[in-house]
Amino acid sequence: MKARVTVTLKNGVLDPQGKAIEGALKSLGVDGIAGVRQGKVFDIELETGDKAKAEEALKAACEKLLANTVIENYRVEIA
Amino acid sequence: MKSAVIVFPGSNREGDMVRALRLAGSDAHKVWHAEHELPQGTDLVVLPGGFSYGDYLRCGAIAGRATVMDAVRAHAARGGLVLGVCNGFQILCEAGLLPGILMRNANLKFICHRQFLRVERNDTAFTRNYAQGQAIDVCVAHGEGNYTADAETLKRLEGEGLVAFRYCDAQGRVTPDSNRNGSMNSIAGIYSDKLNVLGMMPHPENLVEDLVGGTDGRGLFESLVSGFPKAA
Repeated sequence: MKARVTVTLKNGVLDPQGKAIEGALKSLGVDGIAGVRQGKVFDIELETGDKAKAEEALKAACEKLLANTVIENYRVEIA
Repeated sequence: MKSAVIVFPGSNREGDMVRALRLAGSDAHKVWHAEHELPQGTDLVVLPGGFSYGDYLRCGAIAGRATVMDAVRAHAARGGLVLGVCNGFQILCEAGLLPGILMRNANLKFICHRQFLRVERNDTAFTRNYAQGQAIDVCVAHGEGNYTADAETLKRLEGEGLVAFRYCDAQGRVTPDSNRNGSMNSIAGIYSDKLNVLGMMPHPENLVEDLVGGTDGRGLFESLVSGFPKAA
């Protein structure tokens, strides 16, 4: 079973890297970009075939390590 | 006073830290991160600077969950002293021993320069040899030192006097220009609720000998050691 975890900064948390990328896109002449927020994607392979177990393991992974919930949100998608 | 300097893969300031502690009179030793327990009789745990685990995921995130950190947490819960400098501060935040987080510097640049800090209070185990409001001349070297916390946490830190140091100029004035990494309220270091855990981005261990151009960092280590009876 495969899953994808996406970790993004919470709204209101300043993202200097996203701002720099936004500026770079503007300077490259890419039109129509209103804003950029940078995040992280984790592609995870699970040993289990049981969706409930997988969800439990992924939640633990996010809470314990993958996201710092002071500043980040996470989203889990199981393929 | 017995201190344990924890070494993670990628730590690189443990040598200077041990040297600074020994100069102040502490019996200091390095301890590997995979240990389950601290050496018997450890009074102070120090998490030194560096780039533990290559700063992978987030600075301090992986080290904050290392085996030895359970022992460090237990030591802190018993009221034991813990000092985290630079990457050590990041590790303390990631380990949940201090609130908030250190984010990328506001100007996105790694900063490395001499820096004055204002000592916010001198009634703690870490600062008793300084004067309150004293501007100490140390240095900073980090890419992620931008202290960030939610409004409620910040209010609590300020209200309960848990801000240890602020970035300031040579006269001790907390100016926007002195706050080069963009930290909220110019925060350079904070204490835990019981004042026994201190995390700070600047490096006091860099300025402990005249040979390298300053000794203002010494007061912190001497404060720590002076709180303990001398070994026989």
